Amino acid sequence: MNLLESFLTAIDSLMANKMRSILTMLGVIIGVAAVIALLAIGNGVTASVTDEIQSIGSNLLTITTDMDNSDGLPALSLEDVDALADPLRAPALAQVAANVSGQQEVVYAGDSTAYTVNGITANYLAINNLADFSAGDGLTENDVATNGRVAILGSTVVAELFGGEYPVGKSVKINGVSYEVVGVLAEQGQTIGASPDETVYIPISTAQSRLFPTRTRSGAKAVNSISAEVVSEALTDDAITQVTDVLREEHRITYAGEDDFSILSQTDLLATFDAVSATLTAFLGSIAGISLLVGGIGIMNIMLVSVTERTREIGIRKAVGALRRDILIQFLLESLLLSLLGGALGIGLGVAIALLTGPALDIDPVVETATVLLATGFAAGVGLVFGIYPAWRAAGLRPIEALRYE
Amino acid sequence: MIKLTNVTKTYQMGEMMVHALRGVDLTINEGEFVAIMGPSGSGKSTLMNVIGCLDIPSGGSYTLDGLDVSQMSDDAQAKVRNQRIGFVFQQFNLLPRTTAEKQVALPLMYGGYGRTDRLTRAQEALASVGLGDRTHHKPDELSGGQQQRVAIARALATNPSIILADEPTGALDTQSGEEILNIFKALHGQGMTIVMITHDPEVAEHAQRTIWIRDGVIV
Ligand SMILES: Nc1ncnc2c1ncn2[C@@H]1O[C@H](COP(=O)(O)OP(=O)(O)O)[C@@H](O)[C@H]1O
Ligand SMILES: [Mg+2]
Repeated sequence: MNLLESFLTAIDSLMANKMRSILTMLGVIIGVAAVIALLAIGNGVTASVTDEIQSIGSNLLTITTDMDNSDGLPALSLEDVDALADPLRAPALAQVAANVSGQQEVVYAGDSTAYTVNGITANYLAINNLADFSAGDGLTENDVATNGRVAILGSTVVAELFGGEYPVGKSVKINGVSYEVVGVLAEQGQTIGASPDETVYIPISTAQSRLFPTRTRSGAKAVNSISAEVVSEALTDDAITQVTDVLREEHRITYAGEDDFSILSQTDLLATFDAVSATLTAFLGSIAGISLLVGGIGIMNIMLVSVTERTREIGIRKAVGALRRDILIQFLLESLLLSLLGGALGIGLGVAIALLTGPALDIDPVVETATVLLATGFAAGVGLVFGIYPAWRAAGLRPIEALRYE
Repeated sequence: MIKLTNVTKTYQMGEMMVHALRGVDLTINEGEFVAIMGPSGSGKSTLMNVIGCLDIPSGGSYTLDGLDVSQMSDDAQAKVRNQRIGFVFQQFNLLPRTTAEKQVALPLMYGGYGRTDRLTRAQEALASVGLGDRTHHKPDELSGGQQQRVAIARALATNPSIILADEPTGALDTQSGEEILNIFKALHGQGMTIVMITHDPEVAEHAQRTIWIRDGVIV
């Protein structure tokens, strides 16, 4: 019998046993689709978070108080900012910004909503890659120097408080005091931590005197964090050393004393995230692996359940003149067709699921060729092994043994 | 011509050896209609399976039309089954969920006939057993008698010289059985060799000659 005949026979057989064919394919489809969809989503999350971390600016140091070593009092103040901004003391730093923030009710036209109010230095938005305005402008040095009662609103704040109204020039009230809206930030979308879209920015001096009057141990007005831009990424280690030296000196920490601040670099953040993302990928991967296993067991079950029927079928075929080779080729082709078709449908379904859930999770799913090949290879392998198994066994039997198989 | 000389068949059942055939000498000439009778377990089916190359004898020699079949390779035996022998079983042994036409075309496919040739011949064979209007029916859409006739059409498809039937009427009502026997008689009339196993003396009466077997030997 030639290959075309074997092929047509295989198709005939698959069509004659539609239920069996569909159930077998279902195992392949489920296994492959689950693996592809889950890993595409996992990879998408990793890619989008990595992007976000890098978009913050690749050579930014974030300095915060280390509460464990500061008796629970904030350690950082604007004096530290000035010290770090001195190019003689910290030459590896290009710019230094600071902020102080907290939740506050923000009122406009009788509507009151709680937002993060962030008191910032004039250069804060630029250093944090946020200086992109859909209306108006940022803060000036003068606003900060004169305790200006001006505010910049995030896009969500504007949408919620102002509806369609043009906000620049209007006033919002925070803690009973009016602030003139001078600018609106362009929409930032998803970010790590507090969203700039839901934040109101005011001068740090105003925030310190009117909203967040916390002091450091030495009595200076405290800031929450200091953002320092390193001259170039290569100087990150130098910059960390310089920041440490300057702050220890400013805070009068003795040689044996612990730092009362901590420095987080972009590299640290990426490393931390990489660890989280590896866990996520391993988690999704094991769910995917289980799905693949379940699919494989499904295929195996259908195949094994039909062994008796198929062995008898082989007996009949041999009795009327089929050669061992004819049987093996037919079964191989049947399994191959089911595996390939199931694999293709599984890939299609997996990619479709990934693409449909992507927007809901706010990520771009990443389908990797290696995943597709691995999942399809595994499912197809199981399909082939358990599809050919009865044929391989029965084709070697005497026809009468196959006919009488129970 | 079928010629068996001192053919034995022993099955191993765990520790036990079952001697199903204990030295059978048998000659069946071309064009004969032979019935094989004997009590249950006497070795009738075993004998038929050896004659039909569905099983190999443990000892002795078997020649079919002068060919030493017992020495042949598996593939050569498959060819003999395909070209020279047609089988009819008590339980029909049809492929499930497959149309009568495709059942009958099966031996033709393994025999290397082309697609259109196969279907023409299959239809002719089905018509010859009175199922010309049932070619697209599947086994579960046919009565027992009709299924057995599909099996006979399949046995006839490659135009073999021998029909081997193992209790072909055993699973059928009297009237269907009657129809099957009439078909066999007609085939015999056309010069075909027919070997039919039965335990029903009335059925055996239709044959020219009855061979008795008991405990694995011809009596
Ligand atoms: N595959 C087998 N394995 C073991 N014993 C078998 C097998 N086939 C048949 N036998 C034994 O061989 C003997 C003859 O069986 P069989 O030819 O089927 O008898 P009959 O068809 O006359 O009823 C019986 O004792 C039966 O149990
Ligand atoms: Mg029997």
